[in-house]
Amino acid sequence: MPRQPVVTNGFTVYSGPIMALRTYTKNEATNWPVPNYWDLIALCIIFGLIVLVAWGGAQMDRPYNVGQTITLSLNPSHLPMYAVRTVLRMFIALFCSLIFTFCIGTWAAKNKKAERIIIPIIDVLQSVPVLSFLAIGVPLFIALFKGSLMGPECAAIFAIFTSQVWNMVLSFYQSMSSIPKDLREATAIFQLSAWQRFWRLEIPYAMPGLLWNMMMSMSGSWFFVTACEAISIAHQTITLPGVGSYIALAITHADKAAIVYAIITMLIVIFLYDQCLFRPLVQWSEKFKFEEVLSERISRSWVVNLFQRTHVLRHFGTVFTTFFDSFVNIKPLNRHKKVSVIKKSDLHRKVTTAITNIIITALLIYAVYLIEQYLQHTVTWHDILKTLELGGITAIRVIVLIFLCSLIWVPVGVWIGFRPRVAATIQPIIQFLAAFPMNLLFPVVAMWIVKYKLNINIWVSPLMVLGTQWYILFNVIAGASTIPEELRLVTRNLGVKGLVRWKRLILPGIFPFFVTGAITAAGGAWNASIIAEAISWGNIKLTAAGLGAYITHFSRLGNFPQIALGTIMMCLFVLVINRIIWRPLYNLATERFRAE
Amino acid sequence: MNNKQPLIDIKNIKKSFKTDRQDLLVLDNLNLQLEDGEIVALLGKSGSGKSTLLRIIGGLVKPTSGEVLIRGEEVRGPVPGLAMVFQSFALLPWITVLQNVELGLEAQGIAKNERRARALKAIDMVGLDGFESAYPKELSGGMRQRVGLARALVIDPDILLMDEPFSALDVLTADNLRGDLIDLWNSKETNIKNILLVTHNIEEAVLLADRIIVFGPSPKNIRAEVKVDLPQPRQDDETKFRKLVDHIYTLMTMPDETTYGYGLKIIDLGYRLPKVEVSEVTGFMDMMKEDEYRDRKVDLPELADEFSMEIDDLFPITEILEILRFARVSQGDIELSPAGRTFADADILERKKIFAKNLLNHVPLARHIRRVLDERPGHRASEDRFLRELEDYLSEEAAEETLETVIEWGRYAEIFAYDYNNGQLSLENPN
Repeated sequence: MPRQPVVTNGFTVYSGPIMALRTYTKNEATNWPVPNYWDLIALCIIFGLIVLVAWGGAQMDRPYNVGQTITLSLNPSHLPMYAVRTVLRMFIALFCSLIFTFCIGTWAAKNKKAERIIIPIIDVLQSVPVLSFLAIGVPLFIALFKGSLMGPECAAIFAIFTSQVWNMVLSFYQSMSSIPKDLREATAIFQLSAWQRFWRLEIPYAMPGLLWNMMMSMSGSWFFVTACEAISIAHQTITLPGVGSYIALAITHADKAAIVYAIITMLIVIFLYDQCLFRPLVQWSEKFKFEEVLSERISRSWVVNLFQRTHVLRHFGTVFTTFFDSFVNIKPLNRHKKVSVIKKSDLHRKVTTAITNIIITALLIYAVYLIEQYLQHTVTWHDILKTLELGGITAIRVIVLIFLCSLIWVPVGVWIGFRPRVAATIQPIIQFLAAFPMNLLFPVVAMWIVKYKLNINIWVSPLMVLGTQWYILFNVIAGASTIPEELRLVTRNLGVKGLVRWKRLILPGIFPFFVTGAITAAGGAWNASIIAEAISWGNIKLTAAGLGAYITHFSRLGNFPQIALGTIMMCLFVLVINRIIWRPLYNLATERFRAE
Repeated sequence: MNNKQPLIDIKNIKKSFKTDRQDLLVLDNLNLQLEDGEIVALLGKSGSGKSTLLRIIGGLVKPTSGEVLIRGEEVRGPVPGLAMVFQSFALLPWITVLQNVELGLEAQGIAKNERRARALKAIDMVGLDGFESAYPKELSGGMRQRVGLARALVIDPDILLMDEPFSALDVLTADNLRGDLIDLWNSKETNIKNILLVTHNIEEAVLLADRIIVFGPSPKNIRAEVKVDLPQPRQDDETKFRKLVDHIYTLMTMPDETTYGYGLKIIDLGYRLPKVEVSEVTGFMDMMKEDEYRDRKVDLPELADEFSMEIDDLFPITEILEILRFARVSQGDIELSPAGRTFADADILERKKIFAKNLLNHVPLARHIRRVLDERPGHRASEDRFLRELEDYLSEEAAEETLETVIEWGRYAEIFAYDYNNGQLSLENPN
């Protein structure tokens, strides 16, 4: 909850470095307050951001034709501008994801029929690798914006969007469907319109979960930025100016210094948007946490403190609140629907359901038919068996790696989780690490593999989980910290130690959390395989056997049938493994090991 | 048709919930008229359909058949001029008290200044001034319910629905709030013409209501209607008051269709067992074996008072005692049977034996489970099997609850064993 100034005897006392004593004016004061120093600083930040966004936006719409090469420079002085353009792309994608989430998530939560189609589709799309989306997006958007850089830009943004959006939709949908019944009833009985209910009840309720997923999505998409900005599809290479393509260029030139510059740039960029955007948002979202009691831990953010010390900008805040109020209460959107007088008969309902079912089935059959037709003429049985085999290899990689990661991170996570103070300091660091794109380390691995003549198929594998292992750690820490203090005391009191303590107390306590983390990590590893299984450094090009490398290879060549086949195979693998391994484990976790 | 139209006219309301196999009837052909200027309490045990009725009147739940007319118009959804107060308060935690109170006005599209003025007035009315900018989680339960009340009052309703509004509060706070509600009602400061209160607390009903509708077990709902002609403010220690409470206890313990002959409760396989833990039964019996209760008929209100229990806690226990033939309940009195006295006096192991015997004799479901286990070669059976059988008679939820209850009793009585991990019932003792 934002700290309000403390009002004592008609004076406002601001706690902070400077203690300003002023007469108390109400927030709603209509006369404009006098600006102070803090306003100046905050204004500088805001205007700076506006200028950067405007500049980056203008750069996007320059003339461009396919085949033209955009020259990039490895000179570090260009990096800040590249960073601005990359971040801009990511935020545009994030914004699109948010809109998409609001529309599709709401639709799925409100409409039973839509729910039955949307949720499985999203489940599948989640396991489609980014490169496949890129392969679809590039020709589409280039055709759409002929002769402008907007085409490739949109394709890149689309690909980044596809790496961010799915978990946001799922999180939003889950929140929407778990809104307490009494709150729903209260908004119904006081006759809030659907629009008002959306902004007053549904969005706030979903906000903490959604924000967390947005942060995760943002981190995750850094990993794919290199693939999305340095588009090499169908024998064409389009490099959009940005950090991602800078890294790609540095890798082809085997320029170590440039990689270091890129790492530094990314660290700074991630730090900046984390501090300026996500920390304040997290602090703000605390008030939406649905809990009955005040929580002791309140996230703090210096940016929020800064803005709370300003005069003029605080005033803007009130103006914004008023604006939001009128937005929620916009007349045309709040007309009350007349409840229909004609009651739908049972028969009527049955008929409509039957018709929708028939349409869905027909569409499904038609889609399968189309795919079959398409693949029949272009893909041989040999290809199918090949992808099956490669998929198996990647699956083994993923499973072994998740296992190894668990061996490392479970004890570490438990150690941290049992120590709240350590957890509080370490959590932001891990979050930061999770946001850091681990593919920057790939060249190092490539050099090692070549230098020591290591087995590519084995030593490329760890790269797949470098980025996603953190989910295991996060969740284990969370799980360990929820094990009640009393249980730990009682085991110590009974002298339960070592293996027995792990078996009876710790593992059951963290199991549900661990499973959730492992599912996320495994999903991420599949997605990462398209990058991790084909790495390069200058002239060194290492390709491991695997489905990810297969998709990467054919998307460079632009062979759509093979891309499609690889993608379908990967989806199938992910879905089947989810069904036979993760779902049962998850059910077991929720049923047996829930502390009640 | 009356020449005077009732404020709320409930006509032939029937409500059933769909389960997998059959429809579960909750309300059956219910008729009720509510007039201007009265407080009516719907009183009953949990699961008697009183909350469902309230939600049908509020337009939150559609009846399966029948209709509700408010001022002569059929209810097809939430209607203006009707407000509701919730047991769980149902406040939005992310907005302030003031904004919560403004919610209903916002929905009506009222301009900001008027909204604010009316909300402040309502907050004033419930005595919350000074807390306008607080968030609900900063407030205690009683204060939260005051916000809930203000939120209802602010839209200037003529009908106020209250769903167990005081049952989540502690005794003193609830008392305090009840008093304030009556004062508000008597002060005529509001336009409220009718308050409909759902409660399971007999004294609360007698304290507040002009008319009490006593609900029996579903689906045969209204058991009796009691007029309360005591002047306000009512004192709960007056003789008339106590008499009325007694009378209602009697009504609520009246034998229903499951009871035959000499006041003995006979149940069938699909009977919804009350959700009572064995420890509650033994604890209750421990208290009953005290000399003052042991050998006589005891007044239930007196007992409830003595043990500081509410009917929702007390009735399930007396029901299982009846089923197991440990006690006889009638006319608002309870009396231990010879078997009950033996049970009360026995030690732990002896108690288990008596419990097992009566459980097998008088609870068909327990007997059925035991017989199936006896007949099976491996003496094992899955709980799902019995669950599916129960679902022929009960809703999914009620079936689960009943099975859970009978498993707990059976384990205590050691007539069968249960493995939580695989849901298997068996005759083996756990090793």
